[in-house]
Amino acid sequence: MFDIATQLFDGQDIRFGPIDYEKDPEIESKWTHNAEFMRLYEFEPARPMSAAIVKKQYEKLEKKIEEDKNLYHFMLRARDDDRLIGKAVVSRIEWASGNCQLRLGIGSADDRRKGYGTQALKMLLRFAFAELNLFRVTANMAEYNEGAIALMKKFGFTEEVRRRQSLERDGRRWDLLVFGLLKDEWLNQAQA
Amino acid sequence: MNDIYTGRLVRFSAYDPEEMGKAFSKWARDSEYRRMSDARAASLPSTKQTIKFFEKDLEELSPAVHFFGVRTLADDKLIGELVLDVFDWAGRDAFVGLSIGERENWGRGYGTEMMDLMLRFAFTEVNLRRVTLTVFEYNPRAIRSYEKVGFRHEGRLRQFLNKEGRRWDMLFMGILREEWLEQTMERES
Amino acid sequence: MKDLFRGELVRLTSEEPELRAKHEARWQRDTEFHRLADGDPAELNSEKKIKAWTEKNIESGFNPERYPFSIRTLVDDKLIGFLGLWLNLIHGEAWVGIGIGERDYWGKGYGTDAMKLGVQFAFMELGMQRVSLGLHEYNARALKSYEKAGFKLEGRTRQDMLREGKRTDTLWMGVLRDEWLQLQRGAKP
Repeated sequence: MFDIATQLFDGQDIRFGPIDYEKDPEIESKWTHNAEFMRLYEFEPARPMSAAIVKKQYEKLEKKIEEDKNLYHFMLRARDDDRLIGKAVVSRIEWASGNCQLRLGIGSADDRRKGYGTQALKMLLRFAFAELNLFRVTANMAEYNEGAIALMKKFGFTEEVRRRQSLERDGRRWDLLVFGLLKDEWLNQAQA
Repeated sequence: MNDIYTGRLVRFSAYDPEEMGKAFSKWARDSEYRRMSDARAASLPSTKQTIKFFEKDLEELSPAVHFFGVRTLADDKLIGELVLDVFDWAGRDAFVGLSIGERENWGRGYGTEMMDLMLRFAFTEVNLRRVTLTVFEYNPRAIRSYEKVGFRHEGRLRQFLNKEGRRWDMLFMGILREEWLEQTMERES
Repeated sequence: MKDLFRGELVRLTSEEPELRAKHEARWQRDTEFHRLADGDPAELNSEKKIKAWTEKNIESGFNPERYPFSIRTLVDDKLIGFLGLWLNLIHGEAWVGIGIGERDYWGKGYGTDAMKLGVQFAFMELGMQRVSLGLHEYNARALKSYEKAGFKLEGRTRQDMLREGKRTDTLWMGVLRDEWLQLQRGAKP
């Protein structure tokens, strides 16, 4: 079933790609100017970022990847025209225990609800379990992030922790949910 | 106005990077200490390295991180450390972590008192709304201590750690300001 | 989920260092703008200096105590000014400062709209408990604008400024979270 020739980075409509310093900073800058994207992707307060700031973040990110060796970052790009759609991250890898954190974001509201998230998560899980040989993956999200929670259920993640009223947005408190998936669980549903 | 830094057994103290660095490097030589307080693979940093780490910490002072050394009242000995790390200012939630360096000081109520003092500091001085902590399944003494202090269980990351050839869960516990206020009032009445 | 960065007349942005520097250097040359906005003596900073300063900030990364924004109009996407929030995280207080550099956009509601966005952001995203500001008593337009945005006059420091041989007061205003929430409820039909 897992053939060495299988493409890790190719999905049906999207694929994983590297950072394009020429084109990506401006596109990502535009995403950050929409508070909704920031509130879905980050727990920290939303803030708009200029392309210069985004570029600096990419530089710091690539340096961190080099130095810490516990982080992988992928841009999600459309298969047909390589357009930047979102990003996917495997972070905080604890090699000795075989665990990590996953994060996924689709930048523009127009690109959501098109199945890209599902394709991206499928590839991300395969990367974490079949390429990095990790044992479990963790994902954190706000309870108001219905899209992310639906994705969790689809892939058989278990809601493991509910950090009660940890977040505050729009004047009300929200729980922070932590989901987990073990390798065996992934193998079972990947085979199904 | 109460002295928020002093309990009946221990008190918080400002830490001196050199003293803290030396202590830390010594404590880390007991791998059980290390495994109780840190998920990463155990290592043995030199005193030089740990001192540098604490000096760097002092330089990057931010309102988000509150780090204390802990000393016994009886003989003013440095026995441990405590950190409060505010990771979300809008939600006013912080991670708390503590460790007691030498095993002769374990199981003597120091940890419970340290956590008690830290919660008072967190809720009345830093004005937080909740405090979060993680603790490993193989540390039942700590789990009991935190339950006593008032933390509620909020779940566990299944089989998060791989130590000694078996897998262990990492537990999340949390306490809300309202819960702490209520229990504090009960205790004081 | 509303878009916090978009108001009725303006939106909050983060501009490229070069563009920002070009505009701000030009605005600074307008003494009237400067005297309305600032207490320091009018000075002329070069584009190069402003750009270098912006880039230095980018290099040092995000500061959770500081939220700087630029202001663009919705109708013609023109960069007309800036708004900044400085936070006292422990006490949940935000200080706000605003400047509309383009004269043609004075007195038309742009500043008020931007200020409303700033206040909303402070309460609804940063979880602050109050927003404060100071202004010169001779800035009548600003006083009206801030009142419209929900601020109440809280006090004045008498004769703390000297300009053109005349002593003037600084006015201090503030809006509390509950007051602001009330206003929002009142505004909804």
